[in-house]
Amino acid sequence: MIASNDIPSRTNPQETFVLNLGPQHPATHGVLRIKMTMNGEYVTRAEPVIGYIHRMHEKMGENRTWAQFLPNTGRIDYLSALHYNHAFVGVVERALRLEVPRRAEYIRVITSELNRISSHLVWWSAFLLDLGGFTPLLYAFDDREKILDLLEGVTGSRLTYCYFRFGGLCNDIDDEFIKGTRAFVAQMRPRLKMYRELVTDNIILRKRLEGIGPISAEMCRKYGATGPVIRGSGVAYDVRRSEPYSVYPEFDFEIPVFPEGDSMARYLVRMEEMAQSLRIIEQALGKLPPGPVMGKVPRVLKLPPGDYCYAVEAARGRFLVRTVSDHKEIPYRVKLRTPSFSNLSLYEEASKGMMLPDALALLGSLDLVIPDIDR
Amino acid sequence: MIPSLEQLSDQFTRLIRLGAVTPNVEDSTAAAPGPTATPPPSPGPVQPVDYSLKGYHLDVTVSPGQVVLAAEILDQNGFGLDAITGVDWIAQNELEVVYDYFHPLSPLRVAVRARVPRGHPELPTLSGVFPGANWHERETHDFFGIRFLGHPDLTPFLLPEDADYHPLRKDFNA
Repeated sequence: MIASNDIPSRTNPQETFVLNLGPQHPATHGVLRIKMTMNGEYVTRAEPVIGYIHRMHEKMGENRTWAQFLPNTGRIDYLSALHYNHAFVGVVERALRLEVPRRAEYIRVITSELNRISSHLVWWSAFLLDLGGFTPLLYAFDDREKILDLLEGVTGSRLTYCYFRFGGLCNDIDDEFIKGTRAFVAQMRPRLKMYRELVTDNIILRKRLEGIGPISAEMCRKYGATGPVIRGSGVAYDVRRSEPYSVYPEFDFEIPVFPEGDSMARYLVRMEEMAQSLRIIEQALGKLPPGPVMGKVPRVLKLPPGDYCYAVEAARGRFLVRTVSDHKEIPYRVKLRTPSFSNLSLYEEASKGMMLPDALALLGSLDLVIPDIDR
Repeated sequence: MIPSLEQLSDQFTRLIRLGAVTPNVEDSTAAAPGPTATPPPSPGPVQPVDYSLKGYHLDVTVSPGQVVLAAEILDQNGFGLDAITGVDWIAQNELEVVYDYFHPLSPLRVAVRARVPRGHPELPTLSGVFPGANWHERETHDFFGIRFLGHPDLTPFLLPEDADYHPLRKDFNA
């Protein structure tokens, strides 16, 4: 019989081994690989390896017209497609100084916020799945299905929307959508209350998340982490407030901020954000202006030479489009700055010294969408 | 601390003037193709721009040797690194590196840019000031072949691990 102190890993506490997580792993929700150097149960270094579904969207932007590139924007962060639509139509509208009808802007806000809720619901269910709770997924997908049906009715697609157009929208919303959205808002509020009672206040969840994976506001700034990650670190940074776009200044809503910086804080930010999105949708439906949904747009789009930026608050944080135009029908350069890329970049520093299950809780709390990282 | 546009402009103007008086190694390499390769007359290195048209407030052009000093100014003023990217100006035989900065507490947005010759695209890394620059620079190296001196690891990131091409260069044909 071997005595316990003869087992090599026990005789050398400094000995490390490499644990390969992914690229096919349930906890990475896509093709993300993390090379983890472990000291027993503890992470000494976690190095994300990315690029498995890199599609070179930025090069595609350089060989098609502005309008032809628009469907690509719905395929970067597939859970938050309308926000990406918004940033790209925004940059063109800004450069050409296009007038967008107010009704179109209102509908953009309503559909974007619905999209934000559906995105957060996917995060919520996937995150809890990571932590070992399967049931919430069944509830969340039930709610999400209603949003997908509503958006399918007006946009024609269920996930990779291409609904916004330069100068407006491709379709007006109908009474069915308005009635359905009102019903959804009324029904979602008690659901959120139920989620709080069933899941958020659950002692097991609290013990898994509280104090786990602290990220400071300073670390967010140094890595460019935005969205619920920076708001879970006590900074009220939201593009809808700090760089107001569209008609967001006309609505009364709060930016949920939690100062703890742990995984629970990021969780609470997103849960509270869904309630705020419902508030915005309700207000927008209440004062939806009449009129057209498409403004006057030149038949051939040629942006004046120069570079233009447009940032939006996507479900995962700040999404920035930076384009360079040389006065042709085709962009000279399209840069897509995606929130998941920057949010994941702090993982190596933030996960140092954590236990493996906690490091996975931290990973889930960042709410990664892999095509958003790889582009 | 929330900086004002004027304070920032002053700090950058001082930095750029300083660079002109004491040129370092990178400055002399960048200055060489300058007179022939920049046909559009630049309106000055520190330029406030119209936010409603451009999407940022301050446009700063520095020499490649000054990008770290510019990052330090922005870091001290509480800015965060938004993105680093390149633009291939093949007609002028230059590569431009653009650094975008956002401020978590104020609406101010700053773009810092530097140009390097296409045949010798090198400039210092920002990863000492902003650790988040590491990934953005690695991506920019992938796409444009711009070498960031002092960068911890410039191996292919988004491209396949054996990639020796730079797809966002204008002379790259897939």
